[in-house]
This record gives sequence, structure tokens and C-alpha cells, in this order.
Amino acid sequence: MLSFLTSLVNGLSLGSIYAIIALGYTMVYGIAKMLNFAHGDFIMVGSYVIFIFVSNLGLSPVIAIPVAVVLCLILGVTTERVAYRPLRNAASPLAVLITAIGVSYLLENVALLIFGADTKSFTSVIPWSGITLAGGEIRIQGVTIITIITSVVILLALQFFVHKTREGQAMLAVAQDRSAATLMGIDVNKTISLTFAIGSALAAIAGAFLCSAYPSLTPYTGAMPGIKAFVAAVLGGIGSIPGAMLGGLVLGVIEILARTYISTQLSDAIVFGILVVVLLVKPTGILGKIIQEKV
Amino acid sequence: MLLEIKNLNVYYGVIQALKDVSFHVDKGEVVALIGANGAGKTTTLHTISGLLKPKSGEIIYKGKNIVTISGNKIVSMGMAHVPEGRRVFADLSVAQNLKMGAYTRRNKKEIEDTMAMVYDRFPRLKERQTQKAGTLSGGEQQMLAMGRALMSHPDIILMDEPSMGLSPIFVNEIFDIIKSVHKDGTTVLLVEQNAKKALTIADRAYVLETGSITMEGKAADMLNNDSIRKAYLGE
Repeated sequence: MLSFLTSLVNGLSLGSIYAIIALGYTMVYGIAKMLNFAHGDFIMVGSYVIFIFVSNLGLSPVIAIPVAVVLCLILGVTTERVAYRPLRNAASPLAVLITAIGVSYLLENVALLIFGADTKSFTSVIPWSGITLAGGEIRIQGVTIITIITSVVILLALQFFVHKTREGQAMLAVAQDRSAATLMGIDVNKTISLTFAIGSALAAIAGAFLCSAYPSLTPYTGAMPGIKAFVAAVLGGIGSIPGAMLGGLVLGVIEILARTYISTQLSDAIVFGILVVVLLVKPTGILGKIIQEKV
Repeated sequence: MLLEIKNLNVYYGVIQALKDVSFHVDKGEVVALIGANGAGKTTTLHTISGLLKPKSGEIIYKGKNIVTISGNKIVSMGMAHVPEGRRVFADLSVAQNLKMGAYTRRNKKEIEDTMAMVYDRFPRLKERQTQKAGTLSGGEQQMLAMGRALMSHPDIILMDEPSMGLSPIFVNEIFDIIKSVHKDGTTVLLVEQNAKKALTIADRAYVLETGSITMEGKAADMLNNDSIRKAYLGE
């Protein structure tokens, strides 16, 4: 029972990391109508930035994390501007998808060039060791607790932003109909840039937590979590903000429980198996909706 | 002159959609642009409101060439566009759709006043303010699209096929609304396949045929013109 609870908490923590990544994925998909397959690599970039600042320069994570957030934000907005926007009206939607895969490889290989292939040992950004419960039977790490809390705060902030601010309303409009949004006076380019800015900033935050919980950093660190977060976004209903959160948490818990009780080797297979099942049973995801439109 | 189009040439790839189109709209007028399917009516409106960029030509609005200005900025110059097929935000409520129409405006009090005015004009929208726009009937969606355009408090409103796909009762209602919007001081540029209805409420009209203006004149004269009657009024 106690080990189950420990696994559950660890699952929620991993799930929160997936959720933070999935939020970025889902917003970009919902608003810019593209899958940014390089999203996972933004996590890696953010993590290396924090690594340099904390491990090499000896600075506090309090400085390193905001710097990583800003750099990832700039990277995201620039990538969209340079690589994705020119293809937005391309004849095939595959053009931008393939470009995103290209950006992913580019980032990974640039990181390889700069940092080499060897694994860097990441220093946790959360120095708090955590709490012990049930007379020392259950130990919950500080990073676990902070990760979960942060993801909830991010979710609430995003919900507020999207539903209560002018820019958020613009996002909702652009997500549904770009031409109509333009006719309302909304700057579609600016709105999509803002979406990439938010998504990429979240990737940096996810990187800080991911590498604090699993402290080995390589140029491929972001790839797998990126894909899993994509699965989480699909599971929750891609395009839906609460869906990304829910999908992330569900996926994280399933992965950790599968690792604990079934098999470490099989846990990834189970995670992707879930994607297949979801696509077969409810292609729109848990919170995804089919809009019935009257014309 | 509120709006003057000069020698507009628009292409889709290599296909020329508009050829040297010139016309104008005076303040306070209702001007109809009639023509068959594919004549370039929608293209004309899209080019005026900045959704499409012309290859050459000028669009002078309030004395300023707006060809290089992006679509979203043209809205705040007092031009609203009710697009073909309504294009309401299906997933948002009626009230949210209307608020979206006031995106360019900042004064909350003024927005609320305009909203009240729109609800006065469209009581049906008021009844359904919390309903999702996608669940409205075609006629109601048209009303919503018009109400949404009015929310920006425009000087000129471009309407693209407002009667398309509507039942005859709704068609009459929509044209009555256009008349009353005009009476309240808004200039209207109306694109319609229903030429008879359009000519009945318009002051002047232009006929667009395969991308060129082929005829222009007073709407009342056009209603009595034999070739127009044959080609567009089905008589």
C-alpha cells in the first residue's frame, strides 16, 4: 500500500512534467494548427542553459531558470518566424510538419556539437529534500512536490489567460477561424507568435523539473518526454488545455505504475499502447470534443 | 467618396480573378455588387478588407490607400466585413462572438452600449446569448455575423451573400435589417447573388462578370434594364 502511494505520487510528479510539456504542444496545435515536433528539444535547450548557469558558472537556479525561459521563448518565436511561418500556407500541411522534424534534428545536432554526446550530471534546481510521511515509510522529494504544484499553477494561469484576457480571446478566435479572426481586427501572426512564446517558455520550465527529477542530460533528453507529452495531449484531447493537464497526469501515473508493477522495459510500450487504444476508441481524447457545425 | 477602388488586379496563382476593377462607394450609400458565381464578388470584398493582396491597383478608403495595410488594422479604420458563409466562431457563445467583434475597441462601457443596441436589433440573439454559435440556425448565424460586424462600430460594412442558403422568410428579415443598419448611418457595400433583392434596397449597383465590371448605374434603372432582367433576375 505504501509503495503504491509512493508510486502514485511519483507518477503525478512525472505526469506534471508531461503536462507542462503537453500544454505547450496542445496550445501550439490548437492555435497554430501544427504539431511542433521540435517542442521536446526546446526542453533540452532549456536544460542545457540551466546546466551551464548552475554547474559551470555556479549561479543560482533563481537566475538560471528565468534566463532559460527567456532564451527558449526567443528560440520558439524565432523558429516559428523563420521556419514555420513561411510554410503556413503551403500546399501540403506536411511541409511544416517535416520542417518541425528538421528543426528537432538541427537542435539535437547543434547540442551534440557544442556539448558532446556524454551525459552531463544535472544539479537539481530544487535544493529542498522533501518530506517524510507515515513515520518515515513514505518519502516525497522536494522536486516532486514543487513540480506538481507548479503544473497546477501553470494550468490555472493559462486558463485565466485564455478566457479572461484580450490576447487569450484572440487565441480562441485564431484557433477557430484565422480569416474571421483577422476580420475582427486580430493580428494572427502576433497571436501565433505569442502562442509559441508561451509554449516554449513552458518547455524550459519542464526541462528544469525533468532534469532535476532525472538528472542526466544529453542532447536527446527532450526527445522522448516530448513524444510522450504529445501522447498525453492526444490522450486528453489535443487542443484542449485541461485535456493536456489531465492527459499528462494520467500518462505519468500509468507509466510509473507500469514500471513498478509490470516491467521497467515494457513501461514505454504500455504508454504508446495507450495512444493506440485511445485513437481507436475515442480519437478526440478524453476531453476532446467533436463540434457539430451547422452550415 | 468613402471608398474608391481603382484598377484592381487580383490573381490566384496564375489565374486572374479581377481585371482592372474600378468602382466607388459614397458615404451613406448602399452599393450592390451583383454577378454570377465565380464572377469575383467575394474576391473583391476580400481584397478590400485586406484578406487578399492585389497585384496592382489602389483601394482608397477615407482618403488613404489601404492596399498595403494588413487586414486586422483595416478593421480599426471603421470597416467591417460580414464574410460569406457567416464564419461565426462555432465553439464560442453568441455573447462571446459579439465581444470578439468589438476586439478593436477598448472602452468597456461603449462596448456594452453597442452590445445592447445589437441585442435590440436582434432580439433572437439576446434570447440565445449563452448558446454556442455553432448550434444556431443558418439565419440566426447570419444575424450573429451581422451583429458581430456592428460591434466594431463601423462606418462601412461589407456584406458577402447575406441571403445565401436562407429560407425566404429569413431572406426578407435579413434585408430589412440591412435597410435599418443603413438608415442608422452605416454605408453598405453588398455582394449578392439574389440580384433582385439587392437592387431593391441599393442606391447604385455594379455588375461583375468574370472579373470585370461590365455595367454600372442606379439600382432602380438596373431593375428595369432588359439585359439585367434576363441575365440576373430570371425574367
